Amino acid sequence: MTHPSSLPGTVQRKLTTQAGAATLQVAGDWTLQHYAPLRRQIERMRRQLTAADHIQLDSLGELDTAGAGLLVELLGPARVADLGEWAPQLPAERQALLKTVAAALDKPEAAQTPETNGLADVLAHIGGTVAGVWDQQRTLLGFIGLTLQTLFTVLPNPRRWRMTALVAHIEQTGLDAIPIVALLTFLVGAVVAFLGATVLADFGATIYTVNLVAFSFMREFGVLLAAILLAGRTASAFAAQIGAMKSNEEIDAIRTLGLSPIELLVLPRVLAMLITLPILAFIGIVSGIAGGLVVCSLALDISPTMFFTILQRDIPLNHFLVGVGKAPVFAFLIAVIGCLEGFKASGSAQSVGEHTTSSVVQSIFMVILLDAVAALFFMEMGW
Amino acid sequence: MSADEPVIEVRGLVNRFGKQAVHVNLDLDIRRGEILGVVGGSGTGKSVLLRSIVGLQRPNAGSIKVLGENLLKLSSRRRSELERRFGVLFQGGALFTSLNLQENVALPLIEHAGLKRRDAEHLARQKLALAGLPPEAACKYPDELSGGMVKRAALARALALDPEVLFLDEPTAGLDPIGAAAFDQLILTLRDALGFSVFLVTHDLDTLYTICDRVAVLSHKRVLVVDTLDAVAATDDEWIREYFHGPRGRAAHDAALMLEMP
Repeated sequence: MTHPSSLPGTVQRKLTTQAGAATLQVAGDWTLQHYAPLRRQIERMRRQLTAADHIQLDSLGELDTAGAGLLVELLGPARVADLGEWAPQLPAERQALLKTVAAALDKPEAAQTPETNGLADVLAHIGGTVAGVWDQQRTLLGFIGLTLQTLFTVLPNPRRWRMTALVAHIEQTGLDAIPIVALLTFLVGAVVAFLGATVLADFGATIYTVNLVAFSFMREFGVLLAAILLAGRTASAFAAQIGAMKSNEEIDAIRTLGLSPIELLVLPRVLAMLITLPILAFIGIVSGIAGGLVVCSLALDISPTMFFTILQRDIPLNHFLVGVGKAPVFAFLIAVIGCLEGFKASGSAQSVGEHTTSSVVQSIFMVILLDAVAALFFMEMGW
Repeated sequence: MSADEPVIEVRGLVNRFGKQAVHVNLDLDIRRGEILGVVGGSGTGKSVLLRSIVGLQRPNAGSIKVLGENLLKLSSRRRSELERRFGVLFQGGALFTSLNLQENVALPLIEHAGLKRRDAEHLARQKLALAGLPPEAACKYPDELSGGMVKRAALARALALDPEVLFLDEPTAGLDPIGAAAFDQLILTLRDALGFSVFLVTHDLDTLYTICDRVAVLSHKRVLVVDTLDAVAATDDEWIREYFHGPRGRAAHDAALMLEMP
């Protein structure tokens, strides 16, 4: 393959004695290595070249596909096509290469994408995003409807319950999440107790730390922290699982087998979440209060017995019900958003990534938004 | 490195997955400028062999010499330099889905050949045309294309740096017969002009008959036989007999004979 000359490729036009005609001298290596300078040379040379010019390829060194492409650009596909006539001394395999490249390039160049200006792009982007958000909410509502419809057709028919999948998902989303949920709420419980103690000490009301911890965890933090953790942990997993299945055409396979992807994939996940999130919320409440209890007994001289007495005396059951009552709603939304984002993913790896991120962002947003609305509502109702 | 030294020399290769051995003491040479077809039944480790040679799969034992250097013992920098001289076409194309076709092909040109973006994309469009794609495909993304077009674009990317060894994993699977024949012809033309070697894993008997100089048959965890097609077809082995002398094998053989007749 190596040629004695390893000079960079050149092309020169020399006038001969005949009027108007000239010889085009192609020399050196026409390879990828010398691509940029060669391309500049042929841009210049192409304008001077006339049909009558004689072309001299004898001192051509190495030639690869990049160089062949340039040579074809310089000479034009038509002239290269009858290479055999004007350059018969060129080795047959080089002729074949040049002709193959010429045949491939003998098509009009595609129209370049039009340049756009920055401001219009920004406006278009804003418009697109707004329309996208609207579309997303409509799709979400549609998907919720579809899921509920499938749920009600499957429920009266125990043979179509997918118990194995349900139990597997309960394990993955619930059992495996217990350590992280318990640890996190325990720590937040301890922090809340410290904060309460610091503020309430000025009023000599340190004892109300117990009420603060119990109220906040039963009504809000227990369920909210569990829901946010599951939104990060489970919604993303659902989106990635279903997205990968989609790009692998598994969803299409389920459809062509006459099965419903909603029934097979979405329902077990949604039901598993509906079962696990209330339990996790309860665990969150218990370990949050335990965190408060530890801080109270170690730092505030409130004994566990006293803690429990206050808990029993001052905190009615309805706070617990208000808190845990929100869990199924959050669970349903997190599961549905995770699954829907998975279905929205297209074939590419980037798209699966984008939709996984979007599932987490959307479900956390929804959880916090609904929690705020619910807090207002329950407060006004005096529950 | 002398001219007749093989470009790839595999000796005593052992690949195991858990308890299951895929290759045991496998030897194989690929000579300079030849097109070597690799055939074998499903699960005989054709793709694993390819992955071992290009360095994606670390074998349990054995040596792999590529272009005169032992791939398994090189530093990672030297290995990356060596791997630039490979072109690999994966079975599913393996195009980068976040880049459009011309960016896919331009990527190695920008990273390794040091071209400017404009030059690289211009050259990338030429390579795509050479692989048989229409000009308007250059700005499309892989998920907007059919399987056959993805394959062509993947070939264009594999050829981007004009490699010395081209690895093709089932290149014609999923192409229509006309496209497959054009693909074969393109490989042949480029090989004649540029002199690279081709390691071709295929099930396509037409491809074997049209372009392969030698054929290696993988069976019983090693290379059963490697020789010219006629010699391989004459080997006394049950699988080979079924493969080359079954209805499909005979048809491809007849077609190849027809082509050779003036």
